[in-house]
Amino acid sequence: MIRFENVTKVYDQKARPALDSINLEIDRGEFAFLVGASGSGKSTFLRLVLKEDRASSGAVYVAGQNVAKISSWRVPRLRRGIGVVFQDFRLLPQKTVFANVAFAMQVIGKSRSVIRDTVPEVLKTVGLEGKENRLPHELSGGEQQRVAIARAVVNRPGILLADEPTGNLDPTTSMGIMGVLDKINQNGTTVVMATHDDDIVNEMRKRVVELKNGVVIRDEARALYTSMIPVVGQSRRLRDASGRDPEPITVSAASSRTGAPAEVRAAGEGQL
Amino acid sequence: MRLAFILGEIGSGLRRNLSMVVSVILVTFVSLTFVGAAGMLQLQINQMKGYWYDKVQVAIFLCSDGSTAAGCATGPVTPEQQENLRALLESPAVAQYVNDFQFESKDDAYKQFKEQFSNSPIVDSVTPDQLPASFRINMKDPEKYEIISETFSSQAGVETVIDQRQLLERLFSAMNAASLVAVSIAGVMIVCAILLIATTIRLSAFSRRRETGIMRLVGASKIVIQLPFILEGVIAAVIGAALASATLWAVAQFFLGDYLSQQYPDTAFISPGQTLILAPALIGTGVLLAGISSLLTLRRYLRV
Repeated sequence: MIRFENVTKVYDQKARPALDSINLEIDRGEFAFLVGASGSGKSTFLRLVLKEDRASSGAVYVAGQNVAKISSWRVPRLRRGIGVVFQDFRLLPQKTVFANVAFAMQVIGKSRSVIRDTVPEVLKTVGLEGKENRLPHELSGGEQQRVAIARAVVNRPGILLADEPTGNLDPTTSMGIMGVLDKINQNGTTVVMATHDDDIVNEMRKRVVELKNGVVIRDEARALYTSMIPVVGQSRRLRDASGRDPEPITVSAASSRTGAPAEVRAAGEGQL
Repeated sequence: MRLAFILGEIGSGLRRNLSMVVSVILVTFVSLTFVGAAGMLQLQINQMKGYWYDKVQVAIFLCSDGSTAAGCATGPVTPEQQENLRALLESPAVAQYVNDFQFESKDDAYKQFKEQFSNSPIVDSVTPDQLPASFRINMKDPEKYEIISETFSSQAGVETVIDQRQLLERLFSAMNAASLVAVSIAGVMIVCAILLIATTIRLSAFSRRRETGIMRLVGASKIVIQLPFILEGVIAAVIGAALASATLWAVAQFFLGDYLSQQYPDTAFISPGQTLILAPALIGTGVLLAGISSLLTLRRYLRV
C-alpha cells in the first residue's frame, strides 16, 4: 500500500537529510507504528506519502502509484485515498461535530443525501453517537480526536495516517482512541501512526518501524516500543535511539570515535 | 451541492472580510469611474465631430473698411471682385470639392451676430459695416480645406479664409487632454485596486487557512479551494464596476442631459443610453482586474 524505495529527503543541503535512503513497505490492511525521537523523520515520512513534499531522490509508491508521477491536478485524488489525523485535532471551531465531518464530504462534492446517511454512521463507529450537534469546545480532548478521526475516514480512504494522535491525551483516553484506530484498521484500512507513546505501542503489539536521524534502525512485527532483541552490542545504541536508557553498557574506543549516525545505520541494517 | 457549498464559502468570506471588501468596492468604483469618464469624453468627441463636421464651413471673408490684409490693397471688396470669386467657386476646378456655398452679406452677418450675442451689450456697439461679407462653403470633404485656402487667400478682395473646423479641433484636443488625464488617474487607481484586491485575498486566505488546510488534506480540488477566494474579489470588483457605470449614467442623465444641454442647446451631448455601452467594458475590466490579481496572489499564498 505504501512503498519507499531508497527515499532520501533533504530540506537543507548543509544539514543531514531528514530521511536517508529509506526502504520500507507497508502492506494493505497493516497497522504500523512509526516511532523515534523528534527530528527522526516521522513527519517527513508522512508528508512524502501525502505528496506535501517531494522526495529528493528515490521513489514513493502509494496504492501502487509513484507519487512523483502524479500531476499536480491529480494530487487531490491521491489525498482522497488518505485520511490524516493530527495531534492538535484541527477541527473547525465554529462548526458542529456533524458539520466538521460533513465538511470533508462537501468539499469533494458529495451529495447532501449521501452526507446525511454517511456521517451518523461514521460518528457511531468512532463512538460519538448523540453528539452530532455539539461544538468542538464542548467536547473533551478524546472526543475531539474522535471527531477528527471520523472526518479522516468519512470518505473511506484506503490509508489512515496519524501523526501523534494521542500526543495531547491522557493514557486512558489514548487507549480509547487506539481502540477506534484498531477498529478502523480491522475494517481494512491501512493505518500508519507516528508516535512517542511507548505504553500504547507496547499495548498494541503491532508492527514497529523505528527511525533515528532519518534512518530505519528497526522494523519488527508485533513489537514493543523498544527493541525486544537482546543484542549486547546494539542494545546500547537502540536504547540511545529511543532515549530511554542513556547509560552505556559497553563502550568501545572505535564507536566513540566514529559518528553516531553511521553506527546506527549499521545497526539498523543488521536487523533488517 | 458543490455549487451551494462554494456559494456559502463566498458568503462567509465576504462577511468576515467586510471592511476590506468595501474598500475593494470603493477603489474599483473610483478607478473605473475615471476609466469610464475617459470613455465618455471620447464618445462625446465622436458625437460632436459627427454633429459639427456636417455643419462647419469654410468661410471666405471679403475685404471691408479698414481691412489690412494683402488682398485688400484696393479697399473694400468691389462687386466685380465679388463676381470673380463667385465665378471661381463655380469653376470645375473648385466646384468638385464643394457641396454648395452661399453668400452672406454684411446685413446677414449682422443679423447672425445679433442673434448669437443677443444677451451681450456688444451688439449695440456693432454696425453692419463693421462686419465682413463672406462666402460660406460646405465642403464635400472637410479635409480638403487646404485647396480652398490656397486658391482664395491670394485673390483680390479676400481678407482671409477660415476653416471653422480648426476652431473645433482646439476644443477636441482640450477634451482629449482631459480624457488622457482621466486615464492616467485611472491607471494609478487601478494599480491601487490590484494591490488592494491582492491584500484582501491574502487576508481572506490567512483567516481561513484552517479550512483550506483541511480541504487540501481531504482532497478537495484546486477549484473548490481557490474559487471562493477568486469569486470574492470578482464580486467586489463587479459591484465597484456597477457603481461606476451607474455614476456615469447619472452624469449623462442629470449633468449632461438636464443641465448642460439647457445651457448649450445647440451642442449634441451623448445620451444616457450611450454611456451604458461603457458598462460591459467597465464590468469586464473589473472582473479581469480581480481575476488576475487573485490568481497571482493565490499562487503564492494558497498552494494546493
